[in-house]
This record gives sequence, structure tokens and C-alpha cells, in this order.
Amino acid sequence: MAFNATINAILRHCRFLNSANSTLHLTNNTRCFSHASSPSPSQSFKANDKDPHSAPSSLKDNELAKFAAISDTWWDSEGPFKPLHLMNPTRLAFIRSTLCRHFKRDPYSTRPFEGLKIVDVGCGGGILSEPLARLGATVTGVDAVEKNIKIAQLHADLDPTTSTIEYCCTTAEKLVEEGRTFDAVMALEVIEHVANPEEFCKSLAALTNPDGATVISTINRSMRAYATAIVAAEYILHWLPKGTHQWSTFLTPEELAMILHRTGINVEEMAGFVYNPLTGRWLLSDDISVNFIAFATKIQNTI
Amino acid sequence: MNRLVKKTVSNLFALKIPSRSICTGAVNVPASTVPEILNENEKKENNTISSNSVQQYDIAIVGGGMVGMALASFLAIMPMTKQLSVATIDSNPALSGSMSIKKEDPPDPRVSTVTPATISFLQDAGAWKYVWDYTGLGYARYNARDVNKDFLGCVAENKVLHSALLSCIKDSDFKNTIYPLRLNSMTLNRSSMSVVEENMSSRESSPAQGQCAKLQLSDGSSIYAKLVVGADGGKSRVRELAGFKTTGWNYSQNAIICTVEHPSENRCAWQRFLPTGPIALLPIGDNFSNIVWTMSPTESNQRKSITEEEFLKDVNSALDYGYGSRPTSSLSGTRDVFSWFKMGTTVSANESFEIPPKITKLASQRMVFPLSLRHANSYASKRVVLIGDAAHTVHPLAGQGVNLGFGDAYSLSRVIAEGIALGTDIGEVNLLKKYEAERKPANIAMMAVLESFQKAYSVDFGPFNILRAAAFHGANYIPPLKRSIISYASGEQNFPIFL
Ligand SMILES: Cc1cc2nc3c(=O)[nH]c(=O)nc-3n(C[C@H](O)[C@H](O)[C@H](O)COP(=O)(O)OP(=O)(O)OC[C@H]3O[C@@H](n4cnc5c(N)ncnc54)[C@H](O)[C@@H]3O)c2cc1C
Ligand SMILES: C[S@@+](CC[C@H](N)C(=O)[O-])C[C@H]1O[C@@H](n2cnc3c(N)ncnc32)[C@H](O)[C@@H]1O
Repeated sequence: MAFNATINAILRHCRFLNSANSTLHLTNNTRCFSHASSPSPSQSFKANDKDPHSAPSSLKDNELAKFAAISDTWWDSEGPFKPLHLMNPTRLAFIRSTLCRHFKRDPYSTRPFEGLKIVDVGCGGGILSEPLARLGATVTGVDAVEKNIKIAQLHADLDPTTSTIEYCCTTAEKLVEEGRTFDAVMALEVIEHVANPEEFCKSLAALTNPDGATVISTINRSMRAYATAIVAAEYILHWLPKGTHQWSTFLTPEELAMILHRTGINVEEMAGFVYNPLTGRWLLSDDISVNFIAFATKIQNTI
Repeated sequence: MNRLVKKTVSNLFALKIPSRSICTGAVNVPASTVPEILNENEKKENNTISSNSVQQYDIAIVGGGMVGMALASFLAIMPMTKQLSVATIDSNPALSGSMSIKKEDPPDPRVSTVTPATISFLQDAGAWKYVWDYTGLGYARYNARDVNKDFLGCVAENKVLHSALLSCIKDSDFKNTIYPLRLNSMTLNRSSMSVVEENMSSRESSPAQGQCAKLQLSDGSSIYAKLVVGADGGKSRVRELAGFKTTGWNYSQNAIICTVEHPSENRCAWQRFLPTGPIALLPIGDNFSNIVWTMSPTESNQRKSITEEEFLKDVNSALDYGYGSRPTSSLSGTRDVFSWFKMGTTVSANESFEIPPKITKLASQRMVFPLSLRHANSYASKRVVLIGDAAHTVHPLAGQGVNLGFGDAYSLSRVIAEGIALGTDIGEVNLLKKYEAERKPANIAMMAVLESFQKAYSVDFGPFNILRAAAFHGANYIPPLKRSIISYASGEQNFPIFL
């Protein structure tokens, strides 16, 4: 069947690209890593064995293979994930201000997210999960690529404040099946890589507490985004390996807002990221034509 | 009356370095010579930290000079940074001793010209009021009508600035642990993946320290820190250990620095350009002034060893009639090759010339410093950042050294605060590069300005001198140009006009 052929191709591809021990494990068995000293609820996932054929609908295998191939470069600030590293302070500024307002937290606190349960869906190497933990949140990071989770766990263990992060190789859909919910759900730069954005958004909504918040960031399907992100970032600046993004899978801000609305989530605030090639930094702006981030809350009509 | 500002220079630091070369000199010239000069004032109070226990900090500041302590005091007051745990490593006993400055103490021969920008940083940190307490009214006011500011800056003894910063930190509840030691070596885990891999292979090494730099101190103990700040001066050990390359050269000039006494109070700063280099006279309160006199190494060694009488005679003649006639104040004065450099108002050029007050006594020993220009090609890498003289040493001509350093400390403290607000690892290179991006252009621009001043006045006697004097007269007569020089020298503009 076509699916198996793809998997085999991916596995071969990965062996070729990486050293022997770094094959891709697609999740037919949810694996969890968590800090040894803290017995965590994550163990319960292990029971959740699944056949790869019934893997959740949002997984897109060729997308995942791309990330597996470069997973050991997550924390190289000059490596393929450089754009995420550079964008991180900017998106955290947005998250900090929207969440502080929503959860009525002191914006001058050094740990304003103390006590908030946050899930970082598609956490990759933990570029976003770690700062969230430093800001006091109780973070769960999930990613469909086991290698990413391994890297994320090892890196987080280097610092006592981030070693509390619970990392699991799983998907949003499985977390929903397990009935888990969070105060805030993050899915940054993930939706453009999933097979079915609508299903994916449904899962994000289901993971969000009724009075919780959802934050999604992605790349726009605009000519400028094409020029900036795909051509410039992938080919000219060699930021991302070629083929990391596929044009047709991008959503416009309107499309994202509509999809979220159908899943019972209302976008309340949106901001754009603009890249300044002179300073090499990203800034938050109201120009959402290339990269954008959305803060959304649940529509309360059922109450 | 329209009191002029005759541009200033001053001096500082207490290293007595016999060799004239900073590049070739050994890296380990002990700053422990500093105490020799400070000794009357301190009691050694050694609260040495147990050497076997492993200590972990957010930030290790190597070098507790004015710039390092300025950083600590800036961190101590900001809501985002005041909870950080900081270790300061410096064997200078002034840091651990409870040093008190008495009014009757002779003034510190090392003084700094502090600019309004520096003063406002120090005000922000709450350190300025201590400077004020220490000095009372014994500071010089500068006229700066050209730039519509209250004043161009003031001269303060280094001892006073340093103690003010220390008191400010002590009076806060900031956790600053002082290690009265020196940094010997440093281990950095540079590549994030090597950390991960090491951790994969040797799980027994404490993972919590994987994200830290390890600093080995002179007593054999080690401490760990997420961020190492090299504030250890022009011969920075941190800079060397972290592998930062520098660009620079020596001026093959030395400066003699000392404090002198006048029969009456001097309230005016002076600088005069001699064929051998500039001489500056800075009022430091009461009847005292500070002398910074640049000359060749041979001359400086000779002038250090001659008797006090002979030396005073030399100084007086250098400041007044020696080396040619007194300058006139009109443009015809281009024939006067030894022009006075007046940072006064445009009007000031029309005033009749004043003679600096006579010097009657030497009030300190004569200290000799080699001069050099050195700039680190980069200020930041993963877990290490350089500030102050460790990043850049400049000619003391315009008295900018410590001001650039305070600017660095201020900028770095803001960048760290922003990093903490966004949950960033404070040793992350992308964060630290932000500080570098903010400070490097400003520092390079200032270095270029000082360098062009230095170049203009360091050529041997000859027809060039006439041109150089004319150039300065020119500057004196073109208000916009001069205004920019002044406003740049006072640290409030990002770029000089010499672009
Ligand atoms: C002749 C002269 C005149 C000057 N005049 C002026 C002026 O008028 N105005 C002005 O603004 N600037 C002036 N400067 C420049 C000014 O002195 C410096 O810019 C300023 O002192 C820099 O401060 P810092 O804290 O960076 O370094 P420093 O003052 O050099 O302090 C470095 C500290 O690091 C410590 N240290 C060094 N190595 C180690 C180690 N391995 N381990 C632990 N600790 C270590 C030392 O003990 C010292 O306390 C002048 C300089 C000279 C040479
Ligand atoms: C561009 S990275 C973004 C990483 C991280 N969110 C960040 O912004 O730093 C996309 C990540 O999403 C993961 N991913 C893609 N599809 C996924 C899915 N359906 N479920 C979970 N993770 C997925 C990939 O493995 C990859 O690590």
C-alpha cells in the first residue's frame, strides 16, 4: 500500500542523511520522555498503542521526514532553524502580552505564567517550550517526530528550570483522545505542515480549557510570503532546507480565522512578523502579509 | 561671565606597567598592583567563599572595576533582573573591604570625565546620589550652551565613582557574591549539540551545569555561570580565554598622571596640544587638579624620575609659555602652532585668552600609563560577553573610556532584562548579539573620532602642525560641526558627523 511505501522511502532517506542510530520512528507507539526525578502523568500514554495505519489525520509523513532529517540541528542558532531562533523573542513578546492580559497576570513579573498549564504542539526541539517554562508555565511539549522529542528532552535537562518540561512523542489528536486539557495551547509554525488543518484546529480547540487560550502562528499564502519566506529564506539565505514549506499548504489569516471559528474558537488578536534584513531581527507589526500569529479564545455560547 | 570649557582628559587605572607595549606585554599583569595605590583606605575583610563547594550563578562578572560594578548596579534595580544571582570576581580589595572616603583624604589621582549620558545612567541606578554625597560640591561644572544642555559633564574621582556603585549595590537586596580572586581559566560548552551528545554519553556529569560556563579561579575553586561578563579591563583574560580577536595598536605614547595643587581654587578644565602630545588639567575640587600629560615613553620615564621641583617647572611651562608663544584667539592664530583646544562656545573664541592657574605642589605620585587603542572584533559569543575596556580601550584624550564602558553596561543590562522577560536563556548568543549590535557601532564611531584627533596631533613638529592648529581653529569657528563634536563627546548622539 502506498503508505508503507512512503514510510520505507522515508526511513531509507533518513538513514542516508543521518548517522546509523538516527532513524525515524513514526509513532506506532507513543513514547514519552520526562524528567527522571518527577514521576509524570505521561506514563499513562504508553498504554495507548496504535497501528500506524490509523495514525491521526493531521500527520503528513513527508513533512515529518523533513524534520526528522535535521532534528539534531534544532539548537544550532546558525543552523537550519535559525529563523525560529530569531523569531522566538518576537513571538514570545506577543504570547507574553496576550496571555498576561487574558489570565490577568502581572506583566512585570519574571515568571508571569506560574501555575498555567501550557501545551506546545509540534514543539520540535523545544525552542518555544523552554522559554515558556522559564516564564513559570507547566509545559507539555509534543511532537510527532521521536527524534525531535529526544533532542528536546536532552536539551531541557541541561537547565533545572526547563528540566520540568514534560515531552511526549505524540500528536494533538492523541492528547484529545486521552482527555487532556490545558490553559493555553500553542501551535507555532506547525499548521502549514499538517495534512488537514481543520482537523488539527479541532484538536487544538478540544485541548483548550473553556476559559483558556489558543495561539497559532504560520506563514501567509501571499505573494510577499512566497517571495520572502520560501524563496528568500529557503533558497537565498539557506535558512531552511529546500522543500520545508509547500506553497499550497499555506493558509491566509482569513482562512485560519474561519477554520478556527468553525471549531469554536474566536481570533481576538493578530500580529505580523516582519523581518529586517539590516538588523537580522524580526519585529511585531500589523503587517500580516508574510508571517502572522493569532491569539484566540473559546467562543462562550455554550455556557 | 562666560566660563569656557577647555576640553578635558583624564586618567584612571592604577596599573604600573613598565613596558610600553600593551600588545606584547604579558596578559597576566596583575591588577593586584591596584591595592598599592588604594591601600590607606581599606581594611582587608576576607569573606572568602569555601573553595570546594560548587557554586552556580546566573551571571559571573569578571572584573569589579567601575564598568563591572556599573553593570551589577544596573541589574540590581530592574524588576526583571534584580532576582538574578551574580558573582563578581576581582582580587581588588576595594570590593570586599568596607571602604570609606573621607573629605580630608587626598584626591584620587585617577579621575574620569563623566558625560551627561553616564550621569543619567547612574541616576537611573540610584548611584548618582552616592557620588553626590561623596563629593559635595567639589565637582566642576561645564558650560555647554552650544548643545543646549545643562552641562557637558563633570570630573569625578574614580575612587568616588567606584565606591558609589559599590554602596548602591550593597544597599539593595541584590545577591552579589564577591570572590576576592582572579579568573585563571574557563570552560565553555560552545556547541549546543556537543552538550547534548556529551550528555547522552556521560549521563553522570551533572546535567544542570551543561548549560553553564565553568570558571576556574586563582585559589583552585570553580564556579558555574550561565553568562560570563568580561569586565576585566584592557588586558582582559576573559577576552583571551574566549578567543575574541582584537584589532589595535599602541600609540607608542605614555601618559603621566598625577594630582597637583594650586594656590587658589581652579574651576576650569584645560587642554593644550603640544608637539609631543596633549596635556590636560582637570579641576577636581578645592585647590586640586589632575594632570594627564601624553608624551613619548622615554620622556615619560625621565619626567617620572626627576625631582618634584623640576617636574612642576616642566608642567607649568608646558601649560603656559613653554613650547612657543601663547595662542591668540583670532584666526590669525594659525601661526600659533600650539593651539589650545577649547571646547567652549563660539563666542568663546573671541574672548581674551586665559592662563591656567600656576601649579605649586605635587599632591600624588606620578603614574605612567602606556596608551593604546584596542577593539575586540566581536563582543559576544555563546555565554560570554565583553564590556568596558575589555571590549575597547581608547586614547584618554576625550575622556571617553569609562563613558563608553558605562554605555556598554547599561545596554547589556537592558538586553538581559528583555531576555528574561521573554524567557530567553541569558547566555544565548542571539540575545547577546543584540547588545553587540547596539554598542559596537557607537564604540567604533567614538574610537574613530578619537583616533582622528590623536592622529592630527601626534605627528612630529613641522609644517603639519600649522595645518592641524588651523583645523582646530576651523572647528572652533564652524558652530554646527563643533556642536556635533560636543554632543557626540557627551554621549547623546549615535553617530558622529564625520561620516
Ligand atoms: C591614562 C588614562 C586616562 C584615562 N582617562 C579617562 C577619562 O578621563 N575619562 C574616562 O571616561 N576614561 C578614561 N580612561 C579610561 C578608563 O580608565 C577606562 O575606560 C576604565 O577604567 C575602564 O573600566 P573597566 O571597568 O572596563 O576596566 P578596569 O578599570 O581596568 O577594571 C578591570 C578590573 O578587572 C580586574 N581584573 C583584571 N583581570 C582579572 C582577572 N583575570 N580576574 C579577575 N579580575 C580581573 C581588575 O582587578 C580591575 O578591577 C583613561 C585611561 C587611561 C589609561
Ligand atoms: C517548523 S517546526 C516548529 C517547531 C516549534 N513549534 C517552533 O515553532 O519552534 C514544525 C514541527 O511540527 C512537527 N509536526 C508536524 N506535523 C505535526 C503533527 N501533525 N503533529 C505534531 N507535530 C507535528 C514537526 O515534527 C516539527 O517539529
